[in-house]
This record gives sequence, structure tokens and C-alpha cells, in this order.
Amino acid sequence: MQNSALIKTENLEKTYSLGLTSLKAPDDVTLTVTRGEFLGLVGPSGSGKTTLLNIIGSLDAPTSGTAEVLGRRIDSLSQKEAAGLRNGHIGFIFQTFNLLPVYTVYENVEFPLLLQGVESSRRRQLVEEALEWVGLADRADSRPVQLSGGQGQRVAIARAIVKKPEIVLADEPTANLDAANSHHIMRTMVQLNEELGTTFVFATHDEKVIGYLKRKITLIDGRISKDERSDQPPLAVR
Amino acid sequence: MLTLKLAARNILSAGLRTWLNVAALSFAFVSIIFLQGLYEGLNDQVERSTVDALFGGGQYWQNAYGPFDPLSLEDAHAPIPPPLRKLVSDTSATSILIRPATFYPHGRFRSILLKGIDPGQTILSVPSHLLRTGHDELPGLIGARMAKGAGLKKGDVVTVRWRDTHGTYDARDVSIVEVFRTSVQDIDNEQVWIPLDRLQELTHLPDQATIVVVNRSAVPLNEVPGWEFKDLGFLLRDLHSLVRMKSVQGSIMYLFLLFLAMLAIFDTQILSIWRRRKEIGTLMALGMTRGGVIELFTMEGAFHSVLAAILGSCYGIPLFAYAASLGFELPAGTDNFGVTIGQRLFPVYSPALIIGTTLLVCVVTTIVSFLPTRTIAKLKPVDALRGKLV
Repeated sequence: MQNSALIKTENLEKTYSLGLTSLKAPDDVTLTVTRGEFLGLVGPSGSGKTTLLNIIGSLDAPTSGTAEVLGRRIDSLSQKEAAGLRNGHIGFIFQTFNLLPVYTVYENVEFPLLLQGVESSRRRQLVEEALEWVGLADRADSRPVQLSGGQGQRVAIARAIVKKPEIVLADEPTANLDAANSHHIMRTMVQLNEELGTTFVFATHDEKVIGYLKRKITLIDGRISKDERSDQPPLAVR
Repeated sequence: MLTLKLAARNILSAGLRTWLNVAALSFAFVSIIFLQGLYEGLNDQVERSTVDALFGGGQYWQNAYGPFDPLSLEDAHAPIPPPLRKLVSDTSATSILIRPATFYPHGRFRSILLKGIDPGQTILSVPSHLLRTGHDELPGLIGARMAKGAGLKKGDVVTVRWRDTHGTYDARDVSIVEVFRTSVQDIDNEQVWIPLDRLQELTHLPDQATIVVVNRSAVPLNEVPGWEFKDLGFLLRDLHSLVRMKSVQGSIMYLFLLFLAMLAIFDTQILSIWRRRKEIGTLMALGMTRGGVIELFTMEGAFHSVLAAILGSCYGIPLFAYAASLGFELPAGTDNFGVTIGQRLFPVYSPALIIGTTLLVCVVTTIVSFLPTRTIAKLKPVDALRGKLV
């Protein structure tokens, strides 16, 4: 099971219309991601990293080609099935954290479990565990506006992992953080990857993130230009 | 259940924004109920006063009688038949003889109705007991409007002329024993009340009457030859249509207030969806379906009306109770509105009115809350996350 393919794309393309011209990004992307990987899609802006991540997360649909996540074809999922896939199996971490502003830290982390219909005592246990993992157990009653950027992103991580998803998709998770917070966040995610076996897929061009990746797929103009693996990434072993 | 919980959590956590909306909506609730209560009160008061003073529990009309046909009055009289006489003697009914006459106050003449009523009757609220004077002079009772129009006051003596049953003119001086105030114009304008037996004697119509008014507990008799029973449904028909017409004017205000309240909710929803589009994207990314998000936003709108109903009841119920117990003094001149209104108008806030209006506003609010959320149905999660709206 350790090496089974969680994500598979074949000749995946997404075409954007730009007035008289059009742009393809990703363009003919074929890749396979196995369980437990700590993988990054890197490349300059406009290279299709976020779009690829969104398609994998069933938030967007490809123009052509196929994307299969946990054995399910993304382009053939209904809106409800896609929501079910995201709710049950995928965690998202966004560049701007996207915490629900009127909820407390606890309620934000609890939210995916409420959608899953997890029973109250189990929910409490899972939320407390997730907050322990990210070191924010003492801020459970705070509101997002009362948190620093680093704390906000750690809440987003807790929210992404609280339901113990197979895949966590992180789009530029450190873009709004300073160096110290970025390293703290990345170390947290490395630890989660190692302890829970969760597969992480990042879209980033931040060198601090890249330093932690075990697999780095470089996209240039929408196409995969390099696919490099490293068992011991330089920052992760520090 | 989850959506309900989330909606409650969302709007309660939104703080001032929620409470401002709730306050505005509760004001609309209270205003709508308040105005409707005034119209209900008007309706109720008009009906009650008219029944008390004029219609009782229904009337038997002599066949020739038509209240809107003055020419019919000459012949609208007949001996009171035994079944009705029995009701009168049981004090379950009172008979009234109506004759056309001419009144000469201060040398001018006015066409009036001379109405004979039993001074001992208790069925109508006409203060007929004042006609029991013990003197030989002919006592007369007039309403305040009649007194004002004719320039008369208590103690004045006025000549009244009429034709008896043989067509012969006869006349007497009537001594005004009292000027009574009433909100019911139909027992006041151009009418002089005198004792029934005196009118029967003067017009040579012994034991005759034009109408027989029964009390509210009397059971209508099967058939009385020469007389026709008119129930309250028939007698109040014109009054109801008049009140209904006036209620239409009230409905305009009702609809206007409802429209304002709905506009507030609609705007709030539009603003909320626009401001929270990124949140909508996040909810979808976390696994909420579009239907779930629509349900959530609609529920939030509906929750505003529930909170508004609770808030409105906190200050509305004491206000309604106060208004219903004290009433409102009506300005001078409302006597001539064309409907029977007293000096004070007492609003009526029935549970049906309060619950009905509250439910109506809640349902309309929910529908109005739903309308802007249809945008979400077309929204792609990626666009929402980027802060785009369709």
C-alpha cells in the first residue's frame, strides 16, 4: 500500500482564453504521486502549479487529459461527489490561510469534522489532537484576527489534517510568512508526513519550502521540465 | 441540522452586523403588527358599537321596510305578530316604530325619522330609559350630531310634525330630555327618539312596529308571516365592505413596510455573498456542496427574521398590550369619517394576527434570503477562492 498511486494524471491540460490568444497551463502533464510523498510543484508564476493543484483537489476540471485521485476520475465526478472527495480525503492549505473569520480556532479546526458528521466527543478529541500537533492548544478560543500569520497558517494546517486525509494540498503555504514561521510550518508538515504518512503536495516557488521537499517537479510554461527526488532534503534533516 | 447549527453560529458570531439587521427587521415586524392591530381594532370597534346600538342580535323587518328607501317608510308598519310579541314580553326583543316626520328647530325645518322605542328596553345601547320622565310633555332624545346640526340642547322644545296612518298631518312639541353621545351615526343623524307607546298613540298605530330587534342569545324563529329576519351577516354587510375598503389603504402601508424589511434582508444577503465569496470558496474546498452553501446562507437570512421576531416580541408585546389597554384618543372630526369610531380607538392584537404576521414575514424573509444565493449555484470553487463572483 505504501507505494500505491494516489494521484495520477495523464496528458493533463487546462486552457485559458486570453482574448485573442490562449494559454495552456498545465500542458500535457503526466505524473504519478504515491502514498506518503512530500512533493512540490515548483516553477515561476503562471506555470500552472496552482491550477494543477486545484484539479487534483477537484476544485477545477481539466480541459483535456485525465486526473485520477484515489482511483476516481476528477472530470467525471459530479459536484456532490467532488465535494465528498474533498471532504473525506483531501485537506487544503491556502496561501492566505482562508480561516473562517467568525469562528474560533477550535471551531475552524472542527469544521471539516462537522461536515463529515463525526460525533461530538470524537470530534473534540480529534480537534485537540490536531491543535496539539501544531502547538496551538492554548489558542483554541482565539479568533483568527487575534493570531499572528504563523499561527493562522498553523490553524489552517490543523484544519487540513484534523480529518486525517490521505492527501494535503498546500498552495504557497509560506508566502505570507516570515522565515522563522516558514521553517516552523514546514517542520510541522514534515513531522505530520512522517508520523501520519499523509501525502503532501505543494505548489510553491519559495526556496524555504523547496528545501524540505523529497520530490520536486518543476513546471515551466505548463510543462514538466524536471522531476527530482531526494531522500534527505537539505532543510528537513536539520 | 448541521446547516442550522452553522447558520446560528455564523450570525451570532457576526456581532453588530447581525444585530443591526435584526433591529431593523424587528422594527418592521412591530410596525406591521402595530398597524394591522389598529385596523383590526377599528373593524372590531365599528362592529361592536353598531351591533350594540343598532342591530342587536338581528332584526325582524316588516316586509315593506327598506332602510334606504324613505318612501317605503309610510307603509312600513304592522301589528307585532304573536311570536315576536312573545319575544318582546320575554325581554328577548324590543320593537321600534319608525315614522317619517318634519322637525322645526329654531324656525327651520328638517326631515327626520321619528323613532319610537320602549324606554324599558335593554337590548340596544340607546339611552331610552331617559324617556321615562313622568311628565305629560312628549320627551325626545337626540344624538350629539343631530343636536349640533339643529342647534339644539337639553331642555329645548321643538315642534315635530308627522302624518298619521290616515294621512292626516299632526304636530306636537317635543321636549329634548337628553343629548346623547354615540359613535354610531345611524342612531343619531336626523333622528328623534320618543317613547314607543306615545308614537303608536300619536300615529294611531297601536301595537305596531317597523322593526323588532332581538338580543344576541335569541334563536331566530322559523317563519313570521309579513316579517323577515335579517341576521348580523346581512346587517353588517355594508359596514364590512366599508372597513375592507379602508383596510386596503392599510395594506399599502403593510406592503411598504414588508418591502422595506425585505429590501434590508436582500441587501444584506447580496453584501454578505459578495463580502464572503472567499469564504464560500473555502467552504466548498472543505467539502461543502453548493447546495449546502446555499442552504447555509438562506438559513442565515431566515435566522435574522427569527431573531427579529424574538427581539420584536421583547419590546413589541409590552407596547401592544399598552396600546390595546389604553387605546388612542382620536382627533376631533373623526366622528365624520363615515364609519363608527369612538373617541378612543383600541387596537386589537389577536394571537392570529401576531403569529400570522410573524410567520408570513419569516417565510418571505427566507424566500428573499434565498434569491441572492442562486449566484452561488453558478459559482466555481476556484473562482470563489480567488474572490470572483459570477
